[in-house]
Amino acid sequence: MAAPPLSAPLDIAFDYTRSLGPVLGRFMTGLRDGRVLGSRTADGRVHVPPLEYDPVTHAPVTELVDVRPTGTVTSWTWTDRPLAGQPLDRPFGFALIRLDGADTALLHAVDAGARERMHTGMRVRIRWAAERVGHIRDIECFEPSAEPAGPPGTGKSDPVMMITTPIRLSYTHTTSADESRYLRALAEGRLLGQRCPVCRKVYVPPRVCPADGVPTEEEVPIRDHGTVTTFCVVNVPFAGQRLDPPYVVAQILLDGADIPIPHFVVGDAGDVRMGMRVAAVWREPESWTTTPENIAHFRPTGEPDAPYESFEEHL
Amino acid sequence: MKRAAVLGTGQTHHRTRRTDVSMAGLCREAIDRALADAGVDWPQIDAVVLGKAPDLFEGVMMPELFLADAIGAAGRPLLRVHTAGSVGGATANVATSLVRAGVHRRVLAVAFEKQSESNAMWALSIQPPFTAPIGAGAGGYFAPHIRAYIRRSHAPGHIGALVAVKDRRNGARNPYAHLRQPDITLESVQASRMLWDPVRYDETCPSSDGACALVIGDQAAAEASAKRVAWIRATAMRTEPTFFAGKDHVNPRAGAEAARALWHAAGITDPLDEVDVAEIYVPFSWFEPMWLENLGFAEAGHGWKLVEAGETRIGGRLPVNPSGGVLCSNPIGASGMLRFAEAAMQVMGRAGEHQVAGARTALGHAYGGGSQFFSMWVVSDTAPASV
Repeated sequence: MAAPPLSAPLDIAFDYTRSLGPVLGRFMTGLRDGRVLGSRTADGRVHVPPLEYDPVTHAPVTELVDVRPTGTVTSWTWTDRPLAGQPLDRPFGFALIRLDGADTALLHAVDAGARERMHTGMRVRIRWAAERVGHIRDIECFEPSAEPAGPPGTGKSDPVMMITTPIRLSYTHTTSADESRYLRALAEGRLLGQRCPVCRKVYVPPRVCPADGVPTEEEVPIRDHGTVTTFCVVNVPFAGQRLDPPYVVAQILLDGADIPIPHFVVGDAGDVRMGMRVAAVWREPESWTTTPENIAHFRPTGEPDAPYESFEEHL
Repeated sequence: MKRAAVLGTGQTHHRTRRTDVSMAGLCREAIDRALADAGVDWPQIDAVVLGKAPDLFEGVMMPELFLADAIGAAGRPLLRVHTAGSVGGATANVATSLVRAGVHRRVLAVAFEKQSESNAMWALSIQPPFTAPIGAGAGGYFAPHIRAYIRRSHAPGHIGALVAVKDRRNGARNPYAHLRQPDITLESVQASRMLWDPVRYDETCPSSDGACALVIGDQAAAEASAKRVAWIRATAMRTEPTFFAGKDHVNPRAGAEAARALWHAAGITDPLDEVDVAEIYVPFSWFEPMWLENLGFAEAGHGWKLVEAGETRIGGRLPVNPSGGVLCSNPIGASGMLRFAEAAMQVMGRAGEHQVAGARTALGHAYGGGSQFFSMWVVSDTAPASV
């Protein structure tokens, strides 16, 4: 039986910023100062959280009003196993809460202790976070009570114009059966291509033929020598970069393949040319795994350049 | 199919950081200008189409959901379009199709990007497992293809710099442009830092916050307009894989086929002769001659000669990007729609200081992904005889 496809985790993260604009900026500033502001639309309704534009008249919302730090649960669910990043680290209720003075409900956590203590219509009050910065988490959570807590101390006075929203995404990346065979061959120091049964083109790495939409099946050994079709010299640093510039990224048409792969060409950047013949420089065999990183880079072989016509159709 | 026309256009002042507004506020700045330009109020809008580049750019999954109220979609159909950098153009074309098919009388098309909330270079450099870390960035993706163009066409090395000088000086005439550089010279561009050889700093687009909006209406709506409209003579879109054996990165087949379909549908046989002004998606200056060839304005290998002869300047045979183009403003998701809007503004006679005198027929063009998606339209000051 064939070995199962290879898979590995992919975790990405970025701290996005949000410029808030005048309405949400005042809302976040209010939270920082221990107040909850709602926006009043033309029909007289008060929205918490505030809307920036009236959904009926489409006019910008300008009137913000204070609502009370107490409210009523209009609907809810219970979470027994909170996930990382959720408001509380113990079982809690996720609830829609209509604050007194508001006409719409806010989603937040209720620290009720047990599912049995949650019910629609229950009265709750805000528990303010000890440190408030101008963020929805300035409301630590809600707690069962009909009476408001004492007013929190006021904070700084400068308006909140921006918040940071860290985003973390975790995937499991699974390769296709063909790609797994290619990667396992790489772990043995071999390059494997596959030929499309329709157009007869050889793809490395193997994939469903993008032109014909059919799997490539016939395996074709590929030499670790090739021709630079075109390239650029990267002089600029950028986020996510893994090498220090300057470096050469070239499109390399491996001998026997019909589509180039991108890779580094190490040597004097000024000497790299279209048509230059290059060979793979493999890392030490004991470090080989199922990754194209087994090839550290390519080096010039010193052979005469390939004529332009021989790779012209691969540009 | 029914006739359709652009009734009004609107755009933001594009900047590196528009931290004075939220995403909703950014979109509304463009929308409110488009509605005012069209002389149309909200009750007359029947549907909203929103376009923006990949969600990872702002880290908001499906921003159309939280923007629905602000962009006027409550109680109306709302569609979201995804075609990477070409999305602004594709969004305009989807809105046009809704009108031409007779589904709606007036459709609002909106496109935006708030690049300052994230880092597009980071988002474009995610490395999945089992791949080699061969990151070169966005410019690094396109620079080798530019090198291939230079080799194939034997273009002189200064062509890219000529385009940059032209576009940045044009941008200085456009009050909405992000980069406005009236004093830029060939020498200063050539002295700017080499980033992705052969692409220099001054030959690359900026990273911008911005939005664009269009009001597109049917014949009755166009005839009810108090101001001149831009009649949409034809639209075209084509797609091809980013990579396949034999892909022509210099002269992509999808772009060439879209252009042929566009000219045919518009009844244009000699684009260079019959088109008065073109707004072409040029994020790196060398793409002007490349796309002139791909679009059929010049034979393959000859696009750079139009640039060198000054024919793509305002006053030339085919002014290209009189607005300053993507080289002056690049809110990615909106950049394509800005090309389409600027084409419309030219034939409406409302392009202000960068108006091309006597412009009656104009091209708007966008591409996205690794030259994967192409969208374009032709607009004119007179209604097409047939559609």
